Amino acid sequence: MSTTFAAAIREGLATALAADDSVICFGLGTDDPKGVFGTTLDLHKQFGSDRVFDMPTSEAAMTGIAIGAALNGLRPVLTHQRLDFALLSLDQLVNNAAKWRFMFGGQRGVPITIRMIIGRGWGQGPTHSQSLQSWFAHIPGLKVVMPTTAADAKTLLLGSIFDDDPVIFLEHRWLHNMQGDVPAGDVREPLGKARVVRSGDAVTIVAMSYMTVEALHAVDHLAAQGIACDLIDLRSIRPLDWPAVIASVQKTGRLLALDPGHLTGGVAGEIVARIATDHFTSLNCAPQRLAAPDVPEATSPALTKDYHVRAEHIAQAVGRMLGREVETASLIAQRQFPHDVPGNWFSGPF
Amino acid sequence: MNAETSRRLLFDMLRIRSVEETIAARYGEQTMRCPTHLSVGQEAVAAAAGAVLKPTDLAVSGHRAHAHYLAKGGSLKAMIAEIYGKVTGCSRGKGGSMHLIDESVGFMGSTAIVGGTVPVGVGLAYPMKLNNTGQISCVFLGDAVPETGVFFESVNFAVVKQLPVLFLCENNGYSVYSPLSVRQPPGRKLYELVAGFGLKTFHGDGNDVRAVHAALSEGVAAIRAGEGPRFYEFETYRWREHCGPNYDNDIGYRSVAEYEAWKLRDPVPALRRALIAEGAISDADVAAMQAAIDAEIAEAFAFAEASPFPDACDAFTDVYAADAFAPAAG
Ligand SMILES: Cc1ncc(C[n+]2csc(CCOP(=O)(O)OP(=O)(O)O)c2C)c(N)n1
Ligand SMILES: [Mg+2]
Repeated sequence: MSTTFAAAIREGLATALAADDSVICFGLGTDDPKGVFGTTLDLHKQFGSDRVFDMPTSEAAMTGIAIGAALNGLRPVLTHQRLDFALLSLDQLVNNAAKWRFMFGGQRGVPITIRMIIGRGWGQGPTHSQSLQSWFAHIPGLKVVMPTTAADAKTLLLGSIFDDDPVIFLEHRWLHNMQGDVPAGDVREPLGKARVVRSGDAVTIVAMSYMTVEALHAVDHLAAQGIACDLIDLRSIRPLDWPAVIASVQKTGRLLALDPGHLTGGVAGEIVARIATDHFTSLNCAPQRLAAPDVPEATSPALTKDYHVRAEHIAQAVGRMLGREVETASLIAQRQFPHDVPGNWFSGPF
Repeated sequence: MNAETSRRLLFDMLRIRSVEETIAARYGEQTMRCPTHLSVGQEAVAAAAGAVLKPTDLAVSGHRAHAHYLAKGGSLKAMIAEIYGKVTGCSRGKGGSMHLIDESVGFMGSTAIVGGTVPVGVGLAYPMKLNNTGQISCVFLGDAVPETGVFFESVNFAVVKQLPVLFLCENNGYSVYSPLSVRQPPGRKLYELVAGFGLKTFHGDGNDVRAVHAALSEGVAAIRAGEGPRFYEFETYRWREHCGPNYDNDIGYRSVAEYEAWKLRDPVPALRRALIAEGAISDADVAAMQAAIDAEIAEAFAFAEASPFPDACDAFTDVYAADAFAPAAG
């Protein structure tokens, strides 16, 4: 069945709530008429307000409360409408959730799922658009999932909810309206498996979340020019599917890692470092990465034009790595809407 | 209250209302490309605070800050240009509607994370106390803010150090679509809750601008006299949707009847009627005010539209004091 990514999240939540009474779902606006961009819409009507509920604007406490509830048998799913709001809860996530199993000698884990939505465009600006997956991926004890497709949105969410460790589940706002086929039923995808989205032997492109969409445009555009790339959708940042990345690099000899976050200290840098240090002899050219620049994202549309990595940048980077001229003008021309919206369906404000 | 102050309050409320309604009317043109939270219906507290605070007093606010910025004396042109993302904007296009600043009038910044500026406002007050400057720091906040830990931590410190802080809460009953009833227990009064921290707290009708003005006049004088921080809660109502230009009474989180009841308590015509009845102002005076406001707004929008966008390279500036680091290569 084809649904939007947002509807797939909702289906994943509904499936989990139906499958296991220990699942609860809360966060600001969870039961409001918009239902967090449709992802939690009306779930409270089906599952009751004890299990699906709104909360005070108390992100730090509510995260700790989720941890305590998890220690006492529940599987809480906490949603933040922006990742930026979840920053208030870092202490609970990093010092409690991530460490609990370890610091008490493995007695008990913390099966919580924290959904965070990454904003972009329409002037989301410095504090509503941060893509900080590398922060969470840096913390031993946390898992970090970043789905791209509607199917993965549902199945990886189910995998996250029924995982026995804390999972940071990052949804890019620009994916919410994308359509895809979603499997019916309680399909729980295990975390840590990448997917090869396109196969080729020219360059290995490693992407995640919305970056995969831009990469797909680039890869298909390059294919028409006779350049076939491997495109790996990581789906999970921690654990990261190193065997998939390594196997691809051994085939192509070239690595281009993409990252929707800042360049310095990012996930792409980690991938480049690991491949360069451990698989140097597999490489035919220096590994490359494309990421957001090391500045906050401004609000003005005039300042975000070249902020994010887009398909043309990816195609050009592949061309540079191969020492080939690639044509990108037609790729840019295909985009029929302003750079700061994901499509004509989006006209602000949030 | 003298007639001059009353007229000022009416003018400032009319001005805020007209600015916000113009933004709402023109938002659909898709040239104001940022999340925008309007204060229509909530003009009274801002106007009263603006009249009570001195230009040398400092203020901070949150996401719904247009009214606070304007009432404190912030440049209208720079605010509209900021919403348009122009280089002439008060934050040079970096921040948009949710990040307003005009230090020339003591508006030290509004930010978008709920509760984020509360400790900053308390921090502003610390050197005021140290140096005995006679200033006060005004922290504008919504009814969701006393749900954040940082609010209570900040109030506590302000009380411990007896800092000159005015915590000014506009309780409009909602945080986005969530009524207070899902965020506080039944019967809870925010001003009673906060009083537990050991500061004087007050509450009142946030749509009665003269009552707000009277309360704040007394309060600000006391804070200025060194009596420590105070918390004021005023009940009011946001007319339009939480974020954006439209009405949203149809989506079901609040009733049309509730909205209509609050509309009857519109603070702007209430003051206008009272002043006319008192003979403090005439219909012609009000028309002249409105004409002056309309002209100023037209000029501000024209200024914003005619202003240039920032240069693309401005995206890389202002991260550090000096541009110590070259922008990272992509
Ligand atoms: C820490 C944090 N959590 C959530 C949000 C999302 N958010 C933006 S405005 C808002 C409502 C705040 O309500 P209130 O303080 O009553 O102000 P009002 O919008 O009513 O003026 C929320 C929850 C946020 N900006 N920051
Ligand atoms: Mg409110």
